[in-house]
Amino acid sequence: MTDKIFSKEEWLGGLEALRKTYGVFVPVKDGDFHTFMPFDKGNIPDFDYQNSRLSPKSVVYPQSERLFEYTLDKADSEADIVKESPKDYSPRAVVGIRPCDVQAFQIVKRNFDNPEYRDPWWVQHFESTTLVGLGCNEPCSTCFCTEVGGGPFNQEGLDVLIFDMGETYLLRGLTDKGEALLGKITGGSPADDQALKNAEDLAASASKKITSSIPTDKLKEKVTNDLFNAPFWEEIAFACLNCGTCTFLCPTCWCFDIQDEVLGKEGDRIRNWDSCMFPLFTLHGSGHNPRDNKFQRVRQRFMHKLKYYVDKYDNGVQCSGCGRCVRYCPVNIDIREVCNLMNNY
Amino acid sequence: MNQPMLEDSPYLPKWAEITRIEQLTESEKLFEMRLANGEPLGHSPGQFVELSVMGIGEAPISVSSAPTENDVFELAIRRIGNLTTAIHGSVTGDRVGIRGPFGTPFPVEEARGKDLLFVAGGIGLIPLRSFIRFVLDHRDEYGEVTVLFGARNPSERIFLDELEQWEERDDIIYLESVDKSGPGWKGNVGVITTLFSQIHVDPSRTYCIVVGPPVMYRFVILEAKARGIPDRQIFLSLERKMKCGIGKCGHCQINHLYVCQDGPVFRYTDIFDLEEAL
Repeated sequence: MTDKIFSKEEWLGGLEALRKTYGVFVPVKDGDFHTFMPFDKGNIPDFDYQNSRLSPKSVVYPQSERLFEYTLDKADSEADIVKESPKDYSPRAVVGIRPCDVQAFQIVKRNFDNPEYRDPWWVQHFESTTLVGLGCNEPCSTCFCTEVGGGPFNQEGLDVLIFDMGETYLLRGLTDKGEALLGKITGGSPADDQALKNAEDLAASASKKITSSIPTDKLKEKVTNDLFNAPFWEEIAFACLNCGTCTFLCPTCWCFDIQDEVLGKEGDRIRNWDSCMFPLFTLHGSGHNPRDNKFQRVRQRFMHKLKYYVDKYDNGVQCSGCGRCVRYCPVNIDIREVCNLMNNY
Repeated sequence: MNQPMLEDSPYLPKWAEITRIEQLTESEKLFEMRLANGEPLGHSPGQFVELSVMGIGEAPISVSSAPTENDVFELAIRRIGNLTTAIHGSVTGDRVGIRGPFGTPFPVEEARGKDLLFVAGGIGLIPLRSFIRFVLDHRDEYGEVTVLFGARNPSERIFLDELEQWEERDDIIYLESVDKSGPGWKGNVGVITTLFSQIHVDPSRTYCIVVGPPVMYRFVILEAKARGIPDRQIFLSLERKMKCGIGKCGHCQINHLYVCQDGPVFRYTDIFDLEEAL
């Protein structure tokens, strides 16, 4: 573990140079919001931000990814035979990612990379990505990472952690991947004891700013069917529009669909994010829909995150406390309130 | 940029050729297929495949042939959605993609030496036929075999030649009924549960295997229980919109279970209290 101090100019110059060996993704101001984009001439990083509206999960798990390709041209002897599409697994760095979004990758990893299953694409994208996290000096009012196993300076899953010290950045290499990235950035000076203490103080004071109390301790012992049949689901779902915003913004939602698209005689097989909020998600060809009602879909989302996942992996909830679904739900459905209801039922 | 092909990717379809097509009813066709690599499909009765029609997509289809049938396999398909309409337009020699087989099989081994009561409603006979044919190919390894088949009307009966053969065989009991009679129909009329009064079962040694539309399960299970068949000897196959086939995409999730992986064949005791399952 190395701790180095960089001036902000020095660090920005280092990032520019880093683009020779990494695809560098940074938060860029985009209208009223921030979005993770490749750092190039048009996209200037802005690290003075709270969090991006869309989580950076798409760097590892693209919203749409071409898996396979084929030709439909019957004159071609290879017609209809599916081939893997080329993919880009060159090294990438996500710089400025918040610790909650890094924790979200750890949550999704349990689904896509475990002893029984390694997702052919997610795993390779993830392994080629270096996560350079930026601690949160000023968490949002909707943040609750501390309640779900994380924290504004949580180091778990990060390769590098950045402390914004005002005039300077303190960079902490946490893994071999992270040290390798830092090794490519010239300049900086070793952090002295005072700087290290200041960094720890910064982290401690940030944690105290998160005041939400969201107990999750009793979820595991609850009987699934009791929660499933609890009286509050209709009321929670009452205003839901089934717009799917919560699932698309969520850094821990991983459900997908696989679709074919054809242009002329050339076809692609594409994996797209999907959402359990949509009736089509479960609709059978026959017209039968086992999850036909809105409240059933809302219940599915919360039960998956806060009960089924908890039971299956015994490693906390499927939520990193980023608060995006709370901030951007058009009808103010609040996972913190739902979690409270479930935990106390 | 480029990397080796993922030959063992669970998402990469193997290509197969349609070797025979048979019109079963107005809306169902049977497709016999052979994998291009010459290998057998390697399925067990009750499993399904993800069938690709390139340019259209994929859909889960249960295998209707028994694994005893060498290097070809059969999918019987109702024309009802995008993919099934597309496959109905295909001709012998066309290429399709196959992933799988996926999912849990019927209790082929556990039920060996026991009596079997098959209950099929409508195209529920398609997956069940795989097990029935397997049992008929290994007839001396199983006890009494009874097949109950119910269709909405006579024109929706499928595999007519086989139904006739089953009726003629003296080593199995075959009974059928239609919900609504039609021209020339002389058989039973009534829902499938009305056939239960015509059969005798030894409940302790009977395995009841049920496949049909969602509404049928509730009533057939009641009949089976009334006959004293233990819950753990009742098996059923659930239908869901299964996409990936390996428990990852989320479409077929019922509470903590994934139908594509934990099912589609379930032991009744494993799902009797599973909300949203039946």
